[in-house]
Amino acid sequence: MLKDITLGQYYPVESFVHSLDPRAKIVLTIVFMVAVFLGSSLFAAIPIVLFILLTARLANLPIKMLLKGIKPLRIILIFTFVLNLFFTAGDTILVEWWKIRITREGLMSAVRFSLRLVFLVTGASVLTLTTQPVALTDGLERLLSPLAKIGFPAHELAMMMSIALRFIPTLLEEADKIMKAQMARGADFESGNLIQRAKAMVPLLVPLFVSAFRRAGDLAMAMEARCYHGGRGRTRLRILKLGKNDLLAALGTCALVAAVILIG
Amino acid sequence: MPIKIEHMSHTYQPGTPFKSDALEDIDFTIEDGDLLALIGHTGSGKSTLAQHLNGLLTPTAGRVLVDGQDINGKDVNRRALRQRVGLLFQYAEYQLFEETVYKDIAFGPKNQGLSGEKLDRRVRAAFDKVHLPPETLEKSPFELSGGQMRRVALAGVVAMEPEVLVLDEPIAGLDPKGRDELTEIIHELHRGGVTIVLISHNMDDVARIATKVAVLERGRLAMLGTPREIFSRGDELEAMGLDVPQTIQLCRALRAGGLEVPDCLTGEELCEAICAAKGVPSHA
Repeated sequence: MLKDITLGQYYPVESFVHSLDPRAKIVLTIVFMVAVFLGSSLFAAIPIVLFILLTARLANLPIKMLLKGIKPLRIILIFTFVLNLFFTAGDTILVEWWKIRITREGLMSAVRFSLRLVFLVTGASVLTLTTQPVALTDGLERLLSPLAKIGFPAHELAMMMSIALRFIPTLLEEADKIMKAQMARGADFESGNLIQRAKAMVPLLVPLFVSAFRRAGDLAMAMEARCYHGGRGRTRLRILKLGKNDLLAALGTCALVAAVILIG
Repeated sequence: MPIKIEHMSHTYQPGTPFKSDALEDIDFTIEDGDLLALIGHTGSGKSTLAQHLNGLLTPTAGRVLVDGQDINGKDVNRRALRQRVGLLFQYAEYQLFEETVYKDIAFGPKNQGLSGEKLDRRVRAAFDKVHLPPETLEKSPFELSGGQMRRVALAGVVAMEPEVLVLDEPIAGLDPKGRDELTEIIHELHRGGVTIVLISHNMDDVARIATKVAVLERGRLAMLGTPREIFSRGDELEAMGLDVPQTIQLCRALRAGGLEVPDCLTGEELCEAICAAKGVPSHA
């Protein structure tokens, strides 16, 4: 049921991509996303697709896993496609019927924007599928740490993110359990109109909130009991180090950017 | 209404790297009037098995037949089934949500379509069965203690008047008094004609009230029999990381010390056995 949600879940295998420094992965993902926006012709999609396939191969990820990440996006995708298709002004008319007009430019931009969306989500999924949440926030904290000098709460932000990420599966599990418990008492979460369904969520949401607050309180207490007092002076268990592999990955990504720019 | 489990297996998240086999080839029947205790080490599959009994989980292989009907068949009304097989989850106090205890107990029977006087009678009857002080009925469930909340949750399931009641570790985390009282409530429900499946780690309670014991080990049914049969195999149980009741431990110690007593399941029984072995009249 709820537990089957895999969006953004870490995929535990060993691979070249898994072994990269999280900082490098975050930066390279951003570079990849910029590359996605650099190309304006459809041919620019070719190196990007190749790059994604190569990355998936190097990360030991089944393509199925990546496609799964796109699935929740399908409504937005269709929306983007349809809007671009019908509302882009252009000269070359492909189909005209009553007030509906599809132009060549419209078709092109519909395909381009949908592809960009797919690429963006795939790139982000590769990052979360191959990086443990803790490593991810660790990397983010280190990347943002120069900003701490001007008062930006880098450590606090990273800690909040790790805690939030850490508790997503716990809360899902809890929601699953409460849902089942109420279903055992004859609750019906699946049928009825919108108002009835919203009402049916009350027996799920009230206990879920109560337990989320209880957990938050317990966690704060447990952290204080172990003398947590923010980021100052904290040393870390895993020290991040950039290596040869990170350099290789950076070179690969640079090659992608160059290819996209050349194709235009 | 017997529940027949036929060669049932369950795998969580099949086809992913997170896949795990929770149950393998479980095959036994829960008869009418049983108080079946389901025991096993943590992670042995007890809770997974419990959730199959009312169709919350679907077996990966095999079937579950309630009253001769496959509960995962296409045209089965799951909600009607869940009224006949009630299930109380672990730490059930966390499922309460209503403003008052009364309303929370009424949630189940209301979903069954009851209203008015009938509903009121159901709620009050179920509330009576869990022996809470009468004034709690109009209190908010969040004002109660953990043990009291657990009993309210039990009343919420009992109010649906199920023929079979599946209780997943109902006494876990309660103080000794709360534990004894809740065990007594379960015993009373059983005497009132409800078939009960009880998941428990407390072997003393199991020995005292169960009519049958099923032992799960790593997703397989390792033993099935009367408490006396099962607990006479203490060495095997201990090898699985399980306990035997204290009375049986005492009987073993007494035998080792030279006093010939049979394995006893309750304190009263043990007292009589010792008196008999010593040749003094018993008052138990």
